[in-house]
Amino acid sequence: MPRVVVHVMPKPEILDPQGKAVAAALPRLGFEGIASVRQGKRFELEVEGEVTDEVLASLREAAETLLSNPVIEDVVAIEVDSAEGAA
Amino acid sequence: MRIGVVTFPGTLDDRDALRAVRLAGADPVALWHGEDDLQDVEAIVLPGGFSYGDYLRAGAISRFAPVMDKVVDAAKGGMPVLGICNGFQILCETHLLPGAMIKNAHRAFLCRDQPLTVENNRTAWTTGYETGQVIRIPLKNQDGQYVADERTLAELEAEGRIVFRYAAGATHGPAGFESNPNGSRHDIAGITNAEGNVVGLMPHPEHAVEAGFGPDQPGEGTRSGTDGLAMFTSVLRSMVG
Repeated sequence: MPRVVVHVMPKPEILDPQGKAVAAALPRLGFEGIASVRQGKRFELEVEGEVTDEVLASLREAAETLLSNPVIEDVVAIEVDSAEGAA
Repeated sequence: MRIGVVTFPGTLDDRDALRAVRLAGADPVALWHGEDDLQDVEAIVLPGGFSYGDYLRAGAISRFAPVMDKVVDAAKGGMPVLGICNGFQILCETHLLPGAMIKNAHRAFLCRDQPLTVENNRTAWTTGYETGQVIRIPLKNQDGQYVADERTLAELEAEGRIVFRYAAGATHGPAGFESNPNGSRHDIAGITNAEGNVVGLMPHPEHAVEAGFGPDQPGEGTRSGTDGLAMFTSVLRSMVG
């Protein structure tokens, strides 16, 4: 089944408390030189049938209404998983 | 007067909200998220909790519950709707109220009795307060930091739609968060829509409605606080009036 991957990130102007917590923990584990961390979400959607332009458009709408909240988040990428041919 | 309280999977404070409605002198009506029937209620409370485990985003999945279409229609028709904590998050996700809640800036769950300044006593839910009055009701959340873009914040300020602001005087909390408990923009604890019938706030009025079971009132007594009750009596008065 073809797979569509949706990436959602907090808007740049929104403080990301989770990313800040991760950034603060990294040096404690000895990982130096990382200036900042922002944490987002990755959704993997398995699609029944072919991923047509129409299907992609409807997935974009789903990404912008349910998978993300446009007040605080951006849908930064929607990509068709290239590994689908192997399935 | 019949006031409905909606229960979603993971709602925690529906019983307390029903009890608050009863103590205010109205008839509490339990509403179920999966039914699109408002049972002839005249006002609605969306209570607190962790509906759907806060999966995806707090309130994001509850927004699409069958009952919510009816709640949104009723709210747009002028019915008083109060969203408390998770209920406030749901109202933001439905876009009945602007903005959104993200994780507390100090990243910890915080539970304390929180002083609030009443900024607007003209909404359906706040006529029983004086403007400028400081009330004390419990606050308990992880995702309580109110955010909105600068234009929205300016609009809320200009139109007097900030209903409650966090105030100093809480008993405890992380350093730097003595007054504002979570980093909310403009110290916002609660807001209203342009019409004043829809109000959302993060703190919990339904936990401060009966002496002996409320927050401590410094100088007055332990658990004696009942500052939340006026929110429920206000809506009764606004409907009768």
